[in-house]
Amino acid sequence: MTPIVTKPRVWIAALATVVLAVAPSLAAETPRSGGTLTAIVQPEPVTLTPAANTAQPTQVIAANIFDGLVYYDLDLKPQPSLATSWTVAPDGLTISFKLRSGVRWHDGRSFSSADVKWSLENVWKTIHPRNKAIFENVSSVDTPDDHTVILHLAKPSLPILSVINGVGAPILPKHLYEGTDILNNPYNNKPVGTGAFVFKEWKKGEYIVLERNPTYWEPNRPYLDKVVFKIIPDAAARAAAIEKGEVQYAAFNPVPFRDVERLSKLPGLKVDTRGYDWLSPLLYLDLNVENSYLKDLRVRQAIAHALDKDAIAKVVWYGFGKPAISPVPSTLTTFHDARVPTYPFDPKKAEALLDEAGFKRGADGVRFTLNHDFLPYGDDYKRTGEYLKQALKRVGIDINIRSQDSAAFIKRVYADRDFDISSSWNGAFPDPQIGVVRAYWSGWLGTKTPWTNGSGYRNAEVDGLIQAAAIEGDPAKRVDDFKRFQQIVLRDLPTLPLLELRFFTIHASGLKDVVLQADQSYGSLKNAWFETPPAQN
Amino acid sequence: MLSFLARRGVQLALVVLGIAVINFFLLHLAPGDAAQVLAGEAGSATPEYLAALRKQFGLDQSLPVQFGVYLGNLLTFNLGYSFRQGMPVAELIMQRLPATLLLMGTAIGFALVVGSALGVAAARNAGRVADTAISAVALLFYATPVFWTGIMLIVVFSVWLDWLPVGGMVSIEKGYTGVAYLQDVLLHLILPAATLGLFFLAVYARLMRAAMIDVQGQDFVRTAVAKGVRPGRIARRHVLRNALLPVVTMLGVQVGSVLGGAILVETVFSWPGLGRLAFEALFQRDLNLLLGILLCSSVVVVIANILIDLLYTVLDPRIELI
Repeated sequence: MTPIVTKPRVWIAALATVVLAVAPSLAAETPRSGGTLTAIVQPEPVTLTPAANTAQPTQVIAANIFDGLVYYDLDLKPQPSLATSWTVAPDGLTISFKLRSGVRWHDGRSFSSADVKWSLENVWKTIHPRNKAIFENVSSVDTPDDHTVILHLAKPSLPILSVINGVGAPILPKHLYEGTDILNNPYNNKPVGTGAFVFKEWKKGEYIVLERNPTYWEPNRPYLDKVVFKIIPDAAARAAAIEKGEVQYAAFNPVPFRDVERLSKLPGLKVDTRGYDWLSPLLYLDLNVENSYLKDLRVRQAIAHALDKDAIAKVVWYGFGKPAISPVPSTLTTFHDARVPTYPFDPKKAEALLDEAGFKRGADGVRFTLNHDFLPYGDDYKRTGEYLKQALKRVGIDINIRSQDSAAFIKRVYADRDFDISSSWNGAFPDPQIGVVRAYWSGWLGTKTPWTNGSGYRNAEVDGLIQAAAIEGDPAKRVDDFKRFQQIVLRDLPTLPLLELRFFTIHASGLKDVVLQADQSYGSLKNAWFETPPAQN
Repeated sequence: MLSFLARRGVQLALVVLGIAVINFFLLHLAPGDAAQVLAGEAGSATPEYLAALRKQFGLDQSLPVQFGVYLGNLLTFNLGYSFRQGMPVAELIMQRLPATLLLMGTAIGFALVVGSALGVAAARNAGRVADTAISAVALLFYATPVFWTGIMLIVVFSVWLDWLPVGGMVSIEKGYTGVAYLQDVLLHLILPAATLGLFFLAVYARLMRAAMIDVQGQDFVRTAVAKGVRPGRIARRHVLRNALLPVVTMLGVQVGSVLGGAILVETVFSWPGLGRLAFEALFQRDLNLLLGILLCSSVVVVIANILIDLLYTVLDPRIELI
């Protein structure tokens, strides 16, 4: 992360980027207004308010209804949205935001700094599942006027600037939520935001309709009159609806990988893998270090050497992934360390390590057996498990693949810890503090919290680095902390990074300017427009 | 008649209550709870967030307390609240029930009428080409998985021929009202009802054929033939009416499998019905909702069976209501 207030050279570079980004679109075509966009959301969201639920379907829809303080451009740099500018004090202990004036909630009330202060204190710091740790150091919030918010921090907390888009730090209308039970507030299912689209109707099991916000603060936006999110639970039916043109936009891998190639060749469709960098999804294996075999480092190293990540990317994930060497994906250019210890595909070395650890092959060629629980989020994870079984069989480790639904998986891995190797994915987000360290910090052990330290890893130095980086005000020192962190966790191998996943969006080729942000998959469709709107009555 | 209904009413209440109690404890055997599922989908959670969810869902109470609350609600005809969906369970069920009843009614009606007709045709041509052809086709549809039939119908009739919509119940983006709306729903109904109907059709065709052939060989039919009654009349009055009894029995059994069949078809065709809702509720550990749906469907099944019993007496006056 570059700090916001910085040298003029960076400003010029930033300006050049903006000009370059805007110029071609100006030269190319002028956006046209009008049309109803039919999109897919899958599965059906639980609620439409991003405050209490960070699940993907909720965010995909809510991003159109709620604006964030900023959005993230394709280089992951924050750009003005509800906040027009922001400054971080040199000591990192004060962050001030200037808010846009003239913004109104969909019910007509004025948006003000009080809404931001209330949301920070009552949502981001308390019930938001991801943000609690990031906003923990905010000791008080000042609102000297309606358009200024000043955060006072007990300790510097730089990751804050990476999570203040509409999804990461949702601003709720204080006048509708104050004094209520936030989780049970009826407005959670008929949200009132400041965004480009206004919530209109949610027919459970069928569709969610959003309409153009006629008084949106950004001139001429949105271009679309209406967005209809259809709930289509079956993957084959989604593919058919997209192919037929009944649906013109679908994000987050809406169809099976094997259908993508065929669909991408159809003239009316485009497949786009941009718009997911803010999320930076990573597929990894948790190796239960309490297991009698896996507690031996050589066994963990052997498993790493026995897996061909290129094959996993190409064959199992149809090319929608890139071999990962570190839990900090390469998309996080500032923090990613390319010189970490690596474990190239080398079955012979794997066998040697296993022999050295004292686990010789038995008469049947098997050294020992491990249970693998795969993430029950579709066939791709199951196939990853099948690959794991094949690959480890070659070096004499038998894998017993266990299948279950997500509730049972979460309980088994994170609560009962009754597993040996589990597969998972998580979002790294632009700062490792947000998405990466939770898999390694020993403070999560015993809390039975999903998607935390699944391997059971404890390392005092790693814990120290994680805690130091959280409150480090100097960006360069934080980078050093995280590089050291990567060196250690890749030496100790409690988890094995497999792939940097490439999620994809499919949209009609006549739908323009769909992906303009690194957080587009969780962003607003306010810039999208139809060359020719689909036929309707 | 009245005493029959009264007795059956009491039975209904007891059966439904028993089902509710068994369901409650069976469902709590499933590992994991709704808070974990939610946190899992969110991809992140803090212990405080989990605790807040558990408190919201009432999962922080002990099982006996939860059971007491559930039973108390049930006895006051309150199906509880689905925290997951943010709505009272009864309201959710009432929203989804019509779509399921429409789909199942159409599918079973189609299967019953066409299947029986095919069965009659097969029986009257027993051993000939028509009989073999009907049996083969019926067997084919029975043996094909429902979801595969559905997807093939979508590929052919929606994607290739572009005659029918891919899924859903209505073209929301077109904003139809009145007659146009009804037409739109009917268009959306054709493929899912046909998919489900084709599966059941086979059962009725085979059953009808066997029953017809069985009844055809009985003495009273031979007597009618000897009396010189016209073959068409024999088939309708003497054979068909008697042959319908096993078919009606089957109908009663099939109402029980309403949810099972509906889950696949509703999923493939994005049909906003109860089957899909139940399926999702199970995976999301939304137990209040799932219990409500199971309870509701058990009531439907029990009532359907009472109606079938009444129908027997209409078809065959010798049968008495007990």
